[in-house]
Amino acid sequence: MLRLIKNLNNIWNKFKDNHKLFWDELEEQMVASDISINTTGKILAEVKKHVYSENINDIEKIKALLKKQIIEILRTNGGGDLKMSPTPPTVFLIVGVNGTGKTTSVAKLANMFKGKSKKVLISAADTYRSAAVEQIQHYAEELDLDIVYHQKFSDPGAVVYDSLEKAKARGIDLVIIDTAGRMQTSYNLMEELKKIKKVIAKKIDREVDEILLVIDSTTGQNARNQAELFNNSLNLTGIILTKIDSTSRGGIVLTIKNDLGIPIKLVTDGEKLDNIHFFDPAGFTESIFS
Amino acid sequence: MFDLLTNKFENLFYKIRNKGKLSPNDLDDALREIKLALLEADVNFKVVKEFLENVKTKAIGEKILESLTSYQQVVKIVNEEITRMLGSTSSGVVFAPRGPTIIMTVGLQGTGKTSAVVKLANFLKNKYQKKVSIIAADIYRPAAVLQLEDMAKNIAVDVYSESNSNPVSISVKGTELFRKSGSDVIIIDTAGRLHIDEKMMKEIVDIRSKVNPHQIFLVLDAMTGQEAVNIASTFNQRVECDGIILTKLDSDTRGGAALSVYYVVKKPIKFISNGERIEDFDIFYPDRIASRILGMGDILTLVEKAEKVVSEKEAKKIEEKIYKNELNFEDFIGQLKSIKKMGSLDKIFSMLPIPNKNKIFKKINLDDSYLSRIEAIINSMTVEERRKPHIINGNRKKRIARGSGSSVSEVNKLLVQFSKTKQMMKQFSGQKGKFNFPTGNL
Repeated sequence: MLRLIKNLNNIWNKFKDNHKLFWDELEEQMVASDISINTTGKILAEVKKHVYSENINDIEKIKALLKKQIIEILRTNGGGDLKMSPTPPTVFLIVGVNGTGKTTSVAKLANMFKGKSKKVLISAADTYRSAAVEQIQHYAEELDLDIVYHQKFSDPGAVVYDSLEKAKARGIDLVIIDTAGRMQTSYNLMEELKKIKKVIAKKIDREVDEILLVIDSTTGQNARNQAELFNNSLNLTGIILTKIDSTSRGGIVLTIKNDLGIPIKLVTDGEKLDNIHFFDPAGFTESIFS
Repeated sequence: MFDLLTNKFENLFYKIRNKGKLSPNDLDDALREIKLALLEADVNFKVVKEFLENVKTKAIGEKILESLTSYQQVVKIVNEEITRMLGSTSSGVVFAPRGPTIIMTVGLQGTGKTSAVVKLANFLKNKYQKKVSIIAADIYRPAAVLQLEDMAKNIAVDVYSESNSNPVSISVKGTELFRKSGSDVIIIDTAGRLHIDEKMMKEIVDIRSKVNPHQIFLVLDAMTGQEAVNIASTFNQRVECDGIILTKLDSDTRGGAALSVYYVVKKPIKFISNGERIEDFDIFYPDRIASRILGMGDILTLVEKAEKVVSEKEAKKIEEKIYKNELNFEDFIGQLKSIKKMGSLDKIFSMLPIPNKNKIFKKINLDDSYLSRIEAIINSMTVEERRKPHIINGNRKKRIARGSGSSVSEVNKLLVQFSKTKQMMKQFSGQKGKFNFPTGNL
């Protein structure tokens, strides 16, 4: 698990000598963890309010307050589970900017549900990137899963449509759709995703069960823009935070949850296919202060 | 690119600018806003601290508080400092004096190494007429080699790959082969790796010691957060990088990571990659990104563009005419042509440092065909009509409308707009050199 705030213990001692210095350094540490300035300000204002109204002088109590604030942000409307539809196939749509780890996350998700004895079909709707289909095909073979793909540069909407047809015919439980990476600022490509979403909704006669945005945990403040713009176009149901085995501290998690209310559902942390876990707010927060 | 904080920052500078003189408190306010802007742009907090110290020392040293143009000076100092920190020259690739130049790219997963390698190959091939070849040393990610081969095929560049081998021996064999076949540049595309993955880091150290690349580029995602500093310094410690390729600048990221990284490893950003197309790749200009990081708009590019199309003499002539209220349609069409030469309207607009740009953006429709329609109408006027717009009567309007394929009401609209513009400009010119962008009227 990542440590959101490193070296925090070093600055606790400063509280006794110089309050301003202490708060400044705490703020710095939080910002250094990629938490946005707004979120940092909000958390610290809340903590300070308690500290000064209740005359708290005990470092352990301040730590507890800080933890409580963070857990609260992560927990409200937490919704950690992935929604499985009573009428199969359940459909997960995986989206994100280039290079965040969408395809790998699709494979890991597929592996996770295969382990739960679900019949999974992978829909290779990234028809744009060179060899994207071959990459996901490789995983499908390794996991012995159904996969639907078309030619390069074909219409991703058609791949999705075809996937859902086949899923129904073959009695598939879960369809996971891999899409091409795209910048959140690219109007045309975002419209393409909206269209894919419509194709699915029409085919399964309900909203897409999960629309998950894949975010690289080394991303800075731009992750918030990503979440906001993808959410505006698609109404995201959650976030997959990847590469948390890096040393990045993942503060974006807090900012996205605080500012946009989008829950973090899964984290991935390695090259192996079973390196995927449900996000645990309490454990995450604990690990910050471990 | 323009979020709340940027607006705050821009607003602050507008406030200060309108006052002309800075008080010591203003300076602290300005520095605090700069600090926030930099942090929101993902500049590392330690870098921000030192940066602000520099700016403050300079600001006090240059006695800007006593100056009447303190606003411009703070902006100038901030811009200069950022530009200086990013390296003041853009150097591109240094070619080996003899034999092929060997380049190795390294970086985390998903930063865009493979795309950057192909784009770089294409850039060197077209710009320097070099024979470029690529070695596929990513044996880990499924279909990575296939991706490289597929992309390289489009630009007719050879790729060396090998199955059932290891990246070190692939790199050695590949360089030998391409050396013999007369390549000018050999680029090694390595697998993405975490800087804390000891086994994988050792691999690039080994490739380096066996192949001895002339240049090693770290490929860095422009959206990287505070951790960029650690990533860059670890890679630099292990394989000593010569420069950075900054990718994904086509997103709305402010790209502060570039500043952090330069600050820590003291190695220049050499290239930027900013789009899906293979041509979306260029040499990095430090001065250009300074204002992007600060969210001040790309004033430098705009000024440069304006300078290219409008001579100083011309500008002076227009200014005089405005002052004497003699502006006519001939000048107007000259101005229109200059603007069009500078690029599309929305592009020009995006470079302007205007507060609340997003709000304004939504209200006005920056349509280039509008300019063409105006031009057509003016072109259908006689020389006399252009010089003396007041003589345009009903019959003349009908003729102009027919000639330009527009309607009388459109001609009317232009005439009204023109006289309004004339009035407005007269007002501004009365304020003696103090030109405020009329955002309220947009």
